Amino acid sequence: MSVLIFIDTADGHVKKASLEVLTYGAKVAEQLGTTAEGVVLGSVTEELAALGKYGVKKIHQVTNDALNHLDAQVYTNVIAQVVEASSAKVIVFSNNVDGKAIAPRLSVRLKAGFVSGAVALPDTSNGFVVKKNVFSGKAYANISVTTDIKIIALSPNAYKTEAGEGTAEVVAFSAIVNPVKVKVIKTTKASGEVPLTEAEIVVSAGRGLKGPENWGMVEDLAKTLHAATACSRPVADAHWRPHNEHVGQTGIAIAPNLYIAIGISGAIQHLAGVNRSKVIVVINKDAEAPFFKAADYGIVGDAFEIVPKFTAAIKKLKGIA
Amino acid sequence: MKILVCVSKTPDTTAKIAFTDNNTKFDVNGVQWIINPYDEWYALVRAIELKEAGASTVIHLVTVGTPDADPIIRKALALGGDEAIRVNGDSHDSFYIASQIAEVAKQGAYDLILTGKETIDFNGSSIGGMVAELLDQPYISLATKFELAGTKATVTREIEGGEEICEVELPVVVSAQKGMAEARIPNMRGIMAARTKPLKVVEPIAVNTLTTVAGFGLPPAKAGVKLVAADNVEELVRLLHEEAKAF
Repeated sequence: MSVLIFIDTADGHVKKASLEVLTYGAKVAEQLGTTAEGVVLGSVTEELAALGKYGVKKIHQVTNDALNHLDAQVYTNVIAQVVEASSAKVIVFSNNVDGKAIAPRLSVRLKAGFVSGAVALPDTSNGFVVKKNVFSGKAYANISVTTDIKIIALSPNAYKTEAGEGTAEVVAFSAIVNPVKVKVIKTTKASGEVPLTEAEIVVSAGRGLKGPENWGMVEDLAKTLHAATACSRPVADAHWRPHNEHVGQTGIAIAPNLYIAIGISGAIQHLAGVNRSKVIVVINKDAEAPFFKAADYGIVGDAFEIVPKFTAAIKKLKGIA
Repeated sequence: MKILVCVSKTPDTTAKIAFTDNNTKFDVNGVQWIINPYDEWYALVRAIELKEAGASTVIHLVTVGTPDADPIIRKALALGGDEAIRVNGDSHDSFYIASQIAEVAKQGAYDLILTGKETIDFNGSSIGGMVAELLDQPYISLATKFELAGTKATVTREIEGGEEICEVELPVVVSAQKGMAEARIPNMRGIMAARTKPLKVVEPIAVNTLTTVAGFGLPPAKAGVKLVAADNVEELVRLLHEEAKAF
């Protein structure tokens, strides 16, 4: 028996979300009195053994060119082979884009109960109960998993990465890899920017900015904080900003440590996408904006005056001229 | 070309979230129900666009739910689609729901199955992947674009900090999100036509569920906003740095 952690990579690098699931998976293993093992698919340029510092003892690596891009069907089949070989009873994914594609399939393959969007360690005092977000972060549910094998997909930014000491044993795993059916023909990445779902800090702006030409100060603030930029739905719908920046109920749900909302009134649909942020700062000229009720800190005033001063004050704090 | 669109009934995006029966049931009192926005705006509307581009395309809708889901299905039919199938079952277990949809899919031999990326109540994002596995078909999740040329689909999907364009031969299961289509509202002609479109009710197959809901809860309320004067931005920076330790 073991806890098996899916180590997600992109361009040969281990994703930040993987460090969270490694930490989480190692804690689950400790709770169950067993060991944590990892599985990584495709080529990796990083030193995998070093991931042992997050508590994983052994990493199964399946190297095959067909695994360098995600085809959930092919991945599922390979991971199922590793599960069998390692007698894993709990399998942990990040509930990120790849986890969402693979974990449900694996659940069917293994007839394993699946909890997506988990936000805490399982409660094993009476069965196996996992807390997850429901109603777009407006509530949580405790899901009882009743099957022998269990699968958890951990919400990104829900569990803090902890590094200690240790080295993992990396073993090559020889798996049957089926032909790929989903062929990736082009990958586009915004270089140098922080991916929105992985960002610790997000700076977001809404209609209060009046037009796309005014986003420079938002980008300056984001750059100063090494933050990702986001926007409200009307802004994306008006094509002031790309759709992939739209956070909210019908856009992307995020849970950063700090969410700074500038000129966003805070409609309930917007809050549903950001209400799991640990700290929310609202800058709005309307003191009655509903967002202030959901905020931790706020300034009532003109964003065009406040934001540049805010950026300057942070630069001063960080010692940037 | 046969398309199956999976639709789910969810509480309206502004619904008050509360629970009853010792926090084991969602409180439906006063709740307005809608078609899950991802199913409606992105999966169903994209299917309708494909049908508008190719007249021989047939769209079926499927939902798993009790008779109170019927008004939602009629509303979906008013947007477009030729007929609907309601599997008369009720469960919060995604494997149960996916198994019912897969059964309908097997009967209908669809070329394309579209779902929303998740429902806004359980946020499971599991149904598409589960249905694909049950049917042994490829699955592309979080799609933002879907184009078809003959039996080859070109699909753009979200990845962290970017996007990926993939090609796949039909049949395929795709989960849709923002970007896939522009939201539309049903017109009067559609609403009238939906009244007479077939809504077939089938009984569920027996499925052993894999999970149960032990209970619900609400997150602790926020302590309240700490307001800083507009001419004292340095104080906000100090609070975020020293008190909230946000940077």
